[in-house]
Amino acid sequence: MYAPYDQAPPLITTVKIVISGGFGVGKTTLIGSISEIEPLVTEAAMTEAALGVDDVFAVDKTMTTVALDFGRITVDDSIILYLFGTPGQDRFMFLWDELVEGALGAVVLVDTRRIQDCYPAVDYFEERGIPFLLAVNHFDGGLRYDVAEVREALDVGFGVPVIECDARHRSSVKQVVARLVQEVLSVRMAAAR
Amino acid sequence: MVRPYLMTGGRTRPVTDGLRFETLVFAKPAALHAPLKYESRRIVELCQAPRSMAEIAGTLGIPLGVAQVLVADLMTGNIVTIQEATEVTVAMLERILDRVRAL
Repeated sequence: MYAPYDQAPPLITTVKIVISGGFGVGKTTLIGSISEIEPLVTEAAMTEAALGVDDVFAVDKTMTTVALDFGRITVDDSIILYLFGTPGQDRFMFLWDELVEGALGAVVLVDTRRIQDCYPAVDYFEERGIPFLLAVNHFDGGLRYDVAEVREALDVGFGVPVIECDARHRSSVKQVVARLVQEVLSVRMAAAR
Repeated sequence: MVRPYLMTGGRTRPVTDGLRFETLVFAKPAALHAPLKYESRRIVELCQAPRSMAEIAGTLGIPLGVAQVLVADLMTGNIVTIQEATEVTVAMLERILDRVRAL
């Protein structure tokens, strides 16, 4: 027989942050800029919830998968932070519940050329009361709208931070993640009062 | 090509629930001596350091559902153990913030 665990494994807390936004907005790039591991892609199988959404999926449910990407930041020997990207297309939103459950908070990446693409993500996090911020990703060609205009266009409350970022640069992504953690901290502090 | 159901013996549901994307899996060195099939052996090798379910699936190139079935079996066999989610305290958030800023 194999020796069963004769001692408890080290206590490690995993913390999860969700990176969301429209298809092609730069979620994978953002995760890759800050992750200590090469961004990994895994596949999640379709569940019953997806049936009927699209006839293509009904053909062979068990073989239909959706790619999810994620990265890791080891905080110290007892905390690991994971970054999970949400699938971009709306038809995969049924997967979000599982991804978001237990998440600390979320970053919604915004492409100002296609601002409407992030509406589903904003609605999702607002409805569930999950702390989130909007990060306006710079693309070559520059911003068409400034932060105030993005805030107005998305009609988010002043409690929701709107910041600019460049998903390709580690220093910029660092600030985004730090800002979100700060946001979560202030929510906790306010709740404790 | 190996069909996923061949790895899992045709099963599509893990014997244990609660294996989420971020659930950590550990295997002790002794588990390396267990006579395991290919994917299960790789999981035990990989989890000599704690790995999340998502990392296991991503590294092995198998769907998460397959990784869940295999890990659940390894748990039943007392070959790996998992870390249940714990609450994130304010002190932990402060440590995370410091670490991210220092990256």
